[in-house]
Amino acid sequence: MRKLLLLFIVLFTGMVFVGRLFYLQVYDTSAAIQSQNNAIKVEYDYPQRGHIYDRNNKLLVSNQPSYDLMAIPREIKPFDTLELCKLLNIEKKKLVKELKRARTFSPRLPSPIVPTMSKEEYAYLGEQMRKFEGFYIQKRSLRDYQIDFGANFLGYIQEVNQGMIDNDPYYQSGDLIGRQGVEQQYEELLRGVKGVKRFQKDRFNREIGSFKNGALDTLPVPGVDIQLTIDATLQKYGEELMVNKRGGIVAIDPRTGEILALVAAPNFDPALLVGRERSKNYTILNQDTLAKPLFDRVLKGQYPPGSPFKALTALIGLQEGVIDTQERIPCRGAYHYGGKKPLGCHNHTSPLAMVNGIAYSCNSYFATVYRRTIDNYDTPQEGIERWGNHLKSFGLGQYMGYDLPVGNKGLVPTKEMYNASYEYPKYRWGTTATISNAIGQGDVLMTPMQMVNFTVAIANKGWYYKPHIIKSVKGVDTIPSAYTEKQITTIDPVHFGPVIEGMNEVYNNTHGTGYYLRVPGIEICGKTGTAENYTKVNGVRMKLTDHSTFVAFAPKEDPKIAIAVFVENGYWGSRYGGKIASVMIEKYLTGTVTRKDLEEWVLTHSLEDEYAKPYSGKPFLINQ
Amino acid sequence: MSAARRSVGSFDWVLMLLYLALVGAGWLNIYSASYNADMVEFFSWDNLFFKQLVWIGLGILLIVFILFLDTKFFERFSSIIYIVALLSLILLFPLGNTISGATSWYKIGPMSLQPSEFAKAATALALAKYLSDIQTNIKSLRDQIRAFIIIALPALIIIPQPDPGSALVYAAFFFPLYREGLAAAYLIFAFSVVVLFVSTLLVGPLYVSLGVLIIALFLFWRKHKKKPSKRLFFGIAVACGLFAFSVNYIFENVFEQRHRDRFNIVLGKEVDAKSIGYNTAQSEIAIGNGGWFGRGFLEGTQTQGKFVPEQDTDYIFSAVGEEWGFFGSTVVIFLFIALILRIIQLSEKQKNDFSRVYGYSVAGILFVHFAVNIGMVIGLLPTVGIPLPFFSYGGSGLWGFTILLFIFVKLDGNRVNEW
Repeated sequence: MRKLLLLFIVLFTGMVFVGRLFYLQVYDTSAAIQSQNNAIKVEYDYPQRGHIYDRNNKLLVSNQPSYDLMAIPREIKPFDTLELCKLLNIEKKKLVKELKRARTFSPRLPSPIVPTMSKEEYAYLGEQMRKFEGFYIQKRSLRDYQIDFGANFLGYIQEVNQGMIDNDPYYQSGDLIGRQGVEQQYEELLRGVKGVKRFQKDRFNREIGSFKNGALDTLPVPGVDIQLTIDATLQKYGEELMVNKRGGIVAIDPRTGEILALVAAPNFDPALLVGRERSKNYTILNQDTLAKPLFDRVLKGQYPPGSPFKALTALIGLQEGVIDTQERIPCRGAYHYGGKKPLGCHNHTSPLAMVNGIAYSCNSYFATVYRRTIDNYDTPQEGIERWGNHLKSFGLGQYMGYDLPVGNKGLVPTKEMYNASYEYPKYRWGTTATISNAIGQGDVLMTPMQMVNFTVAIANKGWYYKPHIIKSVKGVDTIPSAYTEKQITTIDPVHFGPVIEGMNEVYNNTHGTGYYLRVPGIEICGKTGTAENYTKVNGVRMKLTDHSTFVAFAPKEDPKIAIAVFVENGYWGSRYGGKIASVMIEKYLTGTVTRKDLEEWVLTHSLEDEYAKPYSGKPFLINQ
Repeated sequence: MSAARRSVGSFDWVLMLLYLALVGAGWLNIYSASYNADMVEFFSWDNLFFKQLVWIGLGILLIVFILFLDTKFFERFSSIIYIVALLSLILLFPLGNTISGATSWYKIGPMSLQPSEFAKAATALALAKYLSDIQTNIKSLRDQIRAFIIIALPALIIIPQPDPGSALVYAAFFFPLYREGLAAAYLIFAFSVVVLFVSTLLVGPLYVSLGVLIIALFLFWRKHKKKPSKRLFFGIAVACGLFAFSVNYIFENVFEQRHRDRFNIVLGKEVDAKSIGYNTAQSEIAIGNGGWFGRGFLEGTQTQGKFVPEQDTDYIFSAVGEEWGFFGSTVVIFLFIALILRIIQLSEKQKNDFSRVYGYSVAGILFVHFAVNIGMVIGLLPTVGIPLPFFSYGGSGLWGFTILLFIFVKLDGNRVNEW
């Protein structure tokens, strides 16, 4: 027994050690990862971000060098603080604060003290740098905007946050990433691929040679230039027209689905979100909760479409065979359907057939057509479903699949929705309960982008390409196939003729709602719209001045541009929307504007007073 | 028989080969741990691995010298060697050099000698001499105390240097004492103290006391040939409970903060990989990074980045773990176990008490170094600064272990000549 004690202890210890080693080295693999973080320094070589051009190859966005003042706290030798502050044009308090923060982060690792200085700011400092030991300059590349508009679709660049790093292992802390607009949508093309160099480092974070002799290192892949479908001239003009208004303009080339202009108002200068003032400016923009400049009204705003929707009601009626182009429907100033309140209409000659029904925007006409469409089926449920399917074929009630990162589905009401809201089958509901749908004032919601899209489908007599903003990618012949596949609507092409005729009459008939918006030499087809709307201020619901909406395309034969204009609280359709549509169309098709009167009126009218009304705290009048 | 053969005597080739394997493997790892891509040339006094190579060369000379000495020299001069060793330890206080806070070195020219590394062999000789004396009876309390004084004297001088780690090694002499007949009660007592201490730190005194009580009842009501004394039995149980309750007091008041930290890290009660737990955390990362077959010689990222402090001395095993992997580490562990077991096996064959006691001392000392050092490096034991024999950088350590081992090789080589 006495001979065996040490023997057993030695063997036992050996077994425990081998077991522990097995656990540390083979079973638990976390150490290898920690060791990577610890012992390998990775240096990145960031390629230049791709440039962005417009459809006419005008440079919109390029890059500019920017300079960060970096410091390694423990290497800083005593220096003349006042001089450095003077060179940097910052307060001493700020410098001291930044140095303290850097020291807290790490005394050994570099921290930015003054990030993103411009070339001019750096010029002063550059020569003096040797006086400040422990500080150095790191060059980076920032966006350089050649234009002061288009921020809504361009997007911006920001430093990645933890969420993005967790989502995509490509990104490391400190990397830049495109946010919003094409910067986000085409991030992978624009950014290229950063090159990686690995260094073995020691415990003081000093490099002691390349890791595995560079076997794992990679070269950077440069960012790719892209060309957008946007016409910079038209875009700029559209943004000028929308100054002091809220809403948006979308223009599309119906032949291709290319987005020519995407104006969201109010907008801001994209350069605000570059460089030192970025976060300050972003906060200001983000905190404007009334005008919401960061909210893209064209892509995300959902509104009742108003009268332009009547064109769809007519098309569906024709396709379902419940009306023909000749039948004249009487209107006695309102459509009476047994509800508490009849659906009002304005004063016009009666009865009207389809073309003039559209030109005069007669509510009774379209209420009749809608009702017949739904009642054509045994139950309103079935009718609503058929009706909804037609609408969906125009890209409504769904994400449209365009190449920008934000959007909304809009709303095409369904039988389930009505069944739920009327508690069917406990209570029954009939077509008349949904009668406002006939004139675009019911439950249908659309984004301005969806409004222009159905206009495109009408202009093309039954088909459209998905709207897109990418025109070409440098070095690539094609664009994504989703944008070259024809989307066919459920409406037979023969039915579009009368509707287009009606939309043309809007301009040409002396009683048409767009008669005063004609442009010499261009046959425009359009439809005015006026949408009632409400807001809530401090929990009180109030009715506001109507939204002014307008859709149009031109020329009537072989259309080259389709446009939707939406002006919040602009009152009636032709007041703002129609004028803007006319001058935009003329500007795009001819390059000049002859209707200076319209242009002048829009440029000189502001709706800021209208927007202030609900917040004035006083009772106010609307629709004046 | 040639003249040289006669004077050296035969010696155990297994021990010799194990020694060379360990020293060779050790040197390779010192080379890697102190490797520096910027170094100008191999033969430079600035390179730790070059210095170690010199110490190894001189160590071989020491071996030859020891093997040529007369076998009886060690037994005859053991008392004098022991006294010289004690004096060399005492003289450190007025004459020693302080390196990293411990006054444990004599500076002689370009090199530093650490006498505590040699005192172990001296103590082993003295203990062997005392226990093999015909008049010594280890079963008597008086002789136990004398043996204990022989062991404790050098340890007590080393503790205030301060170098508690080196002093701890003297616990290794328990093994030869036990082999020669020391009562098992001492073993049980020491074992109980450690178990009670650690378990109290882990789960608190209340649960430990309850546990002790349950075990006591179980043992007491079990069938006994002779009814045990109720008083003694429960006296021990109560003493255990009281000890458990005093553990916290000892831990908080007798221990210093750094000792407490070391315990807490191993017991997993505190995780702080940045400051106090840095050594252990980095060492575990390095070893874990090795995987099955290691990163390869000079390819360990942790080792080459010198992340593990003391990685060429006390933490040298982390370099083995990272660069040679589970496979290489296991081989090293097997080499140590083989060496220790071979020494035990040979000791049992000794016809001479002196040689047997000395052999057990050597096995015990090597085992304590091996167990405490590797246990610390792989995060099983609290941080105690003692070197890994034959591996850790340092001339004194290497020579100390070489002398320790080869005195035994010499004694063993001579056993055929004894009767």
